[in-house]
Amino acid sequence: MANLLGWIDDRFPLTKMWNDHLAEYYTPKNFNFWYFFGSLALMVLVIQIISGIFLTMHYKPDDAMAFASVEYIMRDVPYGWLIRYIHSTGATAFFIVVYLHMLRGLMYGSYKKPRELIWLFGMFIYLALMAEAFMGYLLPWGQMSYWGAQVIISLFSAIPVVGDDLTLWIRGDFVIGDATLNRFFALHVIALPLVLVFLVIAHILALHEVGSNNPDGVEIKKNKDANGIPLDGIPFHPYYSVKDIVGVVVFLFFFSVVLFYFPDGGGYMLEYANFEAANALKTPEHIAPVWYFTPFYAILRAVPDKLMGVGAMGGAIVVLFFLPWIDRCKVKSIRYRSVIFKVNLIVFCIGFVVLGWLAMQPVNETITFLSRLFTFLYFAFFVVLFVTSKNESTKPVPDRVTS
Amino acid sequence: MSTDNVVDTKRRRFLVNATSVVAAVGAGFVAVPFLSSWMPSERAKNAGAPVEVDISKLEVGRLLVVEWQSKPVWIIKRSDKTLADLAKNDENLSDPNSENIDQQPAYAQNHDRSIKPEVIILVGICTHLGCSPSFRPEIGPADLGADWLGGFFCPCHSSRFDLAGRVFQGVPAPTNLVVPPHMYVSDNVIVIGRDGEAV
Amino acid sequence: MKITIKKLMPILMVAAMLMPALVLGSSGAKLYTAPIDINDKASLRRGAKAFADYCYSCHAATFMRFNRIAKDLEMSEDDVREMMIHTRGKKGEPTKIGDVMEVSMTDDYAKNAFGTAVPDLTLAARARGADWIYTYLRSFYVDADRPTGFNNIVFADVGMPHVLWSLQGLQTPVYKTVMHGDIGVEELDHFEQIQTGKLSRVEYDMFLGDLTNFMVYIAEPVQVERRSMGWKVLLFLVVLFGFAYALKKEYWKDVH
Repeated sequence: MANLLGWIDDRFPLTKMWNDHLAEYYTPKNFNFWYFFGSLALMVLVIQIISGIFLTMHYKPDDAMAFASVEYIMRDVPYGWLIRYIHSTGATAFFIVVYLHMLRGLMYGSYKKPRELIWLFGMFIYLALMAEAFMGYLLPWGQMSYWGAQVIISLFSAIPVVGDDLTLWIRGDFVIGDATLNRFFALHVIALPLVLVFLVIAHILALHEVGSNNPDGVEIKKNKDANGIPLDGIPFHPYYSVKDIVGVVVFLFFFSVVLFYFPDGGGYMLEYANFEAANALKTPEHIAPVWYFTPFYAILRAVPDKLMGVGAMGGAIVVLFFLPWIDRCKVKSIRYRSVIFKVNLIVFCIGFVVLGWLAMQPVNETITFLSRLFTFLYFAFFVVLFVTSKNESTKPVPDRVTS
Repeated sequence: MSTDNVVDTKRRRFLVNATSVVAAVGAGFVAVPFLSSWMPSERAKNAGAPVEVDISKLEVGRLLVVEWQSKPVWIIKRSDKTLADLAKNDENLSDPNSENIDQQPAYAQNHDRSIKPEVIILVGICTHLGCSPSFRPEIGPADLGADWLGGFFCPCHSSRFDLAGRVFQGVPAPTNLVVPPHMYVSDNVIVIGRDGEAV
Repeated sequence: MKITIKKLMPILMVAAMLMPALVLGSSGAKLYTAPIDINDKASLRRGAKAFADYCYSCHAATFMRFNRIAKDLEMSEDDVREMMIHTRGKKGEPTKIGDVMEVSMTDDYAKNAFGTAVPDLTLAARARGADWIYTYLRSFYVDADRPTGFNNIVFADVGMPHVLWSLQGLQTPVYKTVMHGDIGVEELDHFEQIQTGKLSRVEYDMFLGDLTNFMVYIAEPVQVERRSMGWKVLLFLVVLFGFAYALKKEYWKDVH
């Protein structure tokens, strides 16, 4: 065994990579609950890739066959139903895990110097994930697939001058049709997954270059022992690998509860109208995007002008990219930051959830008013953060991690 | 918690092994549905379901090709002369007595390889590499030689079979042609794909 | 006052979980709860018979195979054949027990006869919900203005004739005025029976319960297997958790 390993190491940095990224990657010892979601996101990505590969073996990206081929998977393919539900539940799980992972970043200032690039790679992952989910949702070719895609693609028509030509180019037809389905399939099963995988690698490489942040926001590399090992650091493997395994098992438990007992998620993961095949002549009575897009959809609906609405929605995502420079406070962790920051963040989180809920309601005056209020609060978070973070009254940050 | 600093390596090794074994068992169970999904679907099974063939109008010496499991299945009514000629081939065959039991059901493991002597039913796929041989009933044609008493000739790699689907010696095909499971529901109606005995 | 994320997190999580419940509560029309039990094979068999007798002559269920019904409902294939297969295929070939439940009626014919294509019913229970189907089939009433002579409370001006009228009898709606603020809205109070059918009201409801049950089953035939697989998986994960947690505890003795 040792000989074989030596032979490989002479030709490929296997042991080096193992050490750099696992056995000798020193990680702060004070990670809490919130630090499970990075490894969980990676695992969900693997789940999605494997289940997705098996789905492509039976699915037909053809407007005349797509809907039936999904039911074929659900009924005729041995265990096809399980593979399909794994994939559809995985989509929701991906966003839950990623949203919590991002919230962790907000709470502990994980995007701050020197980790700005980690955050940017992460935001690109989030963007790619949204595109991936959106295109994947067209593939079952149900009514919601069809009309949801119709609405989202039409957003591009708001762009002045080139808008209409652009939407035509995206669809490849005058309405969403076979051409659209076929190209979305190609992007969903190969192009975007490749992008995602490369971005995830970049995300992790950037993280391992500068080292992990932690709930105290203390740089553990500042206090090293005689061997150059951080005093508050422990090797990722075995300590965090065994801990993350526990997280994975707990996650899989909740995942399985949904998968086996609530696979359509009360109509939020598999929308009821999507059990009707796409019909270009009839819009479902009530269109709402799948839950993970709803906060941004609410912002879109809140603005009465088409171009402005699309702009606001896009802006709501784009502004997140700039977070490392909007937040000017030197202190990273929420533990040592001001009450203003805490309140600001809590209002932001509540607002995000409420926006998501609002997007699922039929429009009326109250809903529109609330949507505008919470859209305002969403953007207010960044303004308040920018203004107050410069000279924030923070608590003293300890020299070493606290627990 | 840190009452003693001595690492209990035995306990650690046990827990690592136990967790790994349980996780591996789980991974094994997860693999089952994914691997099973490659098995024929219900649609494929239905398409490959037993087929009923009426042979009342089939002429002696003619070949009837029907589709079963998307494979060609040959049905031929052989004349008494053809049946008598079969024995003449025996010495040149690899397996004249159909001793390879994978190539036919037990009820067709006889000299004629059939339930009713005159009616032969074969899966028309060469046992060499899966081409479909041609039906060559004529006796002594120029290309197949004067000894030829009628049979099947595979154009891909020149394998030869007689009119009972038995393979000749010295050709690439290793075994006789397959006789599919079949049964008679009446004198002239055959079900291909179902054993009479199994019902 | 000290506000920490930790303290507020439970509130946030509960709020997030309550959202779907609030949304679900906001649907409009009043639907009756369908008395269904997907594990009741006898009810499913009665429902299959009802479906074969009253629905399947016009409505297809093109994703459902006859032999699947036989297997899941614990019937012999011959019984299913006798109950459901009365037609041949489009080319006149005999219908196989492994075929899907198609009908011979074309969309063009249906559009002529009923003004609309006849919807496939395989997924109706997933698209509309069991309660909708149950309520819909209870809510046909006599309406001389409609070409079929019937209208429906939950599906106004529906094209489908009331194929179950001989069982249900004939009924007519009685409305009441309900005040929504200052505006009075006519709402259904109850139905008045004007001619009895072959079944009593209770029997008819049971009949519809069985039929709805069967439709819920064909919408997702795997659901019984899915749930029974579920708890085995969860049980396995609990065991795995035990080992994984002990392993983590053991290694983290070094750290704490």
